[in-house]
Amino acid sequence: MEEINKTAKEGRRQFITFCSSGQEFAADIMTIREIRGWTPTTPLPNAPDHVRGVINLRGVVLPVVDMRARLGHGITETNAKHVIVVVKIAERVIGLLVDAVSDIITPDIDEIQASPDLTRDAESDFVEGIVVVDEKMITILNMGHLMDSLREHAAPGTLVA
Amino acid sequence: MDPMESIKITYFEECAELLVAMEEGLIAMENGEADDEIINAVFRAVHSIKGGGGAFGFEALVSFAHIFETVLDRIRSGELVPEPDVIKCLLRAGDLISDHVNAARSGSDAGIDDEEVKDELRELSGEASEEAGADDFEGLDFAPMQFDLGESGPEVKAESVWSIHFAPHASLYSKANEPYLILRELAVLGDMAVEADLSRLPPLSLLEPEEAYIAWNIVLRGDITRTAIEEAFEFAAEDCDLVIELLPPDNDELPALPQLPDLPEPVYPAVPDLPASGLADAMPAAVAVSDALKSPEQQKDATAETAQKSAASQSIRVDLDKVDRLVNLAGELVITQAMLAQSVQEAGLRSTSKLGAGLVEFEHLLRELQESVMAIRTQPVKSVFQRMPRLVRELAVQTGKQVRLVVEGESTEVDKTVIDRIGEPLTHMIRNAIDHGLEPTEARIAAGKPAEGTVTLSAEHRSGRIVIEIADDGAGINRVRVRDKAIEKGLIPASAVLSDEETDNLIFMPGFSTASTISNISGRGVGMDVVRRSIVELGGRISIVSTPGSGSRFVLTLPLTLAVLDGMVVAVGDQTYVLPLSHIIESMKLGKSDIHSYGREWELLDVRGSFVPVVRIGNLLGIEGSCHKDANGVAILVESESTGRFAVIVDAILGQRQVVIKSFENNYRHIEGVAAATILGNGRVALILDIDGLALLRRAQRESATPVELKATGS
Repeated sequence: MEEINKTAKEGRRQFITFCSSGQEFAADIMTIREIRGWTPTTPLPNAPDHVRGVINLRGVVLPVVDMRARLGHGITETNAKHVIVVVKIAERVIGLLVDAVSDIITPDIDEIQASPDLTRDAESDFVEGIVVVDEKMITILNMGHLMDSLREHAAPGTLVA
Repeated sequence: MDPMESIKITYFEECAELLVAMEEGLIAMENGEADDEIINAVFRAVHSIKGGGGAFGFEALVSFAHIFETVLDRIRSGELVPEPDVIKCLLRAGDLISDHVNAARSGSDAGIDDEEVKDELRELSGEASEEAGADDFEGLDFAPMQFDLGESGPEVKAESVWSIHFAPHASLYSKANEPYLILRELAVLGDMAVEADLSRLPPLSLLEPEEAYIAWNIVLRGDITRTAIEEAFEFAAEDCDLVIELLPPDNDELPALPQLPDLPEPVYPAVPDLPASGLADAMPAAVAVSDALKSPEQQKDATAETAQKSAASQSIRVDLDKVDRLVNLAGELVITQAMLAQSVQEAGLRSTSKLGAGLVEFEHLLRELQESVMAIRTQPVKSVFQRMPRLVRELAVQTGKQVRLVVEGESTEVDKTVIDRIGEPLTHMIRNAIDHGLEPTEARIAAGKPAEGTVTLSAEHRSGRIVIEIADDGAGINRVRVRDKAIEKGLIPASAVLSDEETDNLIFMPGFSTASTISNISGRGVGMDVVRRSIVELGGRISIVSTPGSGSRFVLTLPLTLAVLDGMVVAVGDQTYVLPLSHIIESMKLGKSDIHSYGREWELLDVRGSFVPVVRIGNLLGIEGSCHKDANGVAILVESESTGRFAVIVDAILGQRQVVIKSFENNYRHIEGVAAATILGNGRVALILDIDGLALLRRAQRESATPVELKATGS
């Protein structure tokens, strides 16, 4: 992938990993602004299921995306242990509702594999690659694409498991 | 960012300010206040625009500014009398130089038809006669170099010897000016001898490190004009004592030179007099000369005066984002404080306790902080009003009418968000006032009015809002014609009985005018409905008072800010929403039988005998737990610009308050029916509903047979 080739020149990249619906995901640490506990959201009318609503992040109205629902595993039953990963790219900020944040990894660029060219589904359009750490497969997410997908006409029905 | 690029941005920001100063000066001159200070200010503005433009290679701009400057210089030196015709030409030149700056900013440094005005300026600059004559006007690529010869004007040319006393103030250094660079620039002009004047230097024990003690006496010889010397001091002139004098031409020797060997000797502060120098001897002779050339001294006084003036209103340029961040933080603090106060109360602490008293004090300070921060965002309406004189000039030419624009209250301050959006409606209304309001000159004379029509644009604060008035002394609204036109367009039945006021207000009706968009400024008869809509979008109102024969007056009332909105906080199910108060007409408790079914989809509310459509927010926005029993609900009667009146059904009214508007479109996307969000006192986000959007959403829902499946439509 073009993006991976580009970063290869820069050597290693750091990722924050988190889990949602039993899978491990990773996001470039540079895109993560903060991690905070779950707070109830204000739902947005006529929004797709995976958009849980908005919260007040120190004066910024932050839309929260339910990672589990986004992947098509249904809406997360939230409790106080759930966390919101705040992602910032350029001037856009969104929150990602996940089960827990696990680790920080620094894989060799060579270890990152392109995602298998499967049929298009809910995940593939924002997956950047795959990396194996301690025999666990971790999916690296492209946060930019994830954000862009929020603006598109969503077809939520197809995402629900 | 490329450093050059950022300097360029600064240059254009400065240009904007300089253009304003220039325009103000020119208008003052037009009103007959052409004193030295004003002429100087205009000259300086044009000169600085030219200087910066030259550095970036904007040739068209520089060549135009140069001619303009030459003419201004002649006025400054009293050679050219600023008669009305001259000023008219200057005003047009001012418009063109602003076009040139805009073109340079947008990167298209060409294509402005300035030849006509250039020719006029050339004529005024008096250079045409000195040069080869009329033939020069035909050459389009008139080289700017030729004007340099003429620029010296009355100044002495050929070999001349100048004595310059240059004593910087501390402020010169604090503005990062460097005397060495100025001296180096002077050295380029001719043979130069410099002597440092250390007489003011105190003993080391008394020396203030940031004070300026050293002055320089300079003797400059060569083919030099006063203007050239003044240019070298251009950026320093306000921060130093500067005396430039022409030494008698028979002074063959450079007088300072013999004294140079003295320089290395330390000059002790104990010696109070000027150190012996050739210059001191030369001075008295120079004074006589300078008395004869009085004008430079006067110029200097004027400069000093302006410097004082500008010091009085000091300002800094701040990125708007930084201010917004500050506004956000202040808002957050207020919310946090409210939550804190609530926790303290819940903990059972009385408000008389130390903690409670501290919190009250804290709250007062926060309110003050928030108000101060909001005040940073306000600007005088001047930044919009200053665009109007040019518009009026252009329209006067286009329509062949004589128009005078009177501007009042331009220092009235209003939030930047409002400033940014009132420009276009105002432009339209002024255009209308001149185009339709004012009669042609002959008609005015026939009616016994002055030939020159007057359009007044004024602004003032009134009870927490800004009121802007646009008045003309024209014929007023022709009610018969308005009525006929409304009937012709089918807006009112031919039999309608209307009061004068109602007739006047017909011009705001959609469809009354043919033009449909606000951007269509070239069209005549611009739609007042469009103007009205954009004013209402700003949360404002517009009204008209017209007196046949003596003119019309449009009155706009606008909120002082768009960052804050007066809203009604309502509950629907377990959610809280805010409805903009400006759209609400009234609210009423629902009785059991107030709502009637109408057709398959609609319900109508009986409001004292008239029926309005009902919109149930709970159903429309898919909110769970919304109350469906009408008996407990509240109907809020609202008016939408696009669909007229309808009733919004909510569960309860929680209160009325000012809320800070927060956009989420950047982080998410537009949602139909939602204007923005806000943060309530409990820290939760509440959505501000968009009344027009709700009406459209309701209509769309009705059209799609299964309302429940209506999903986010994006935009």
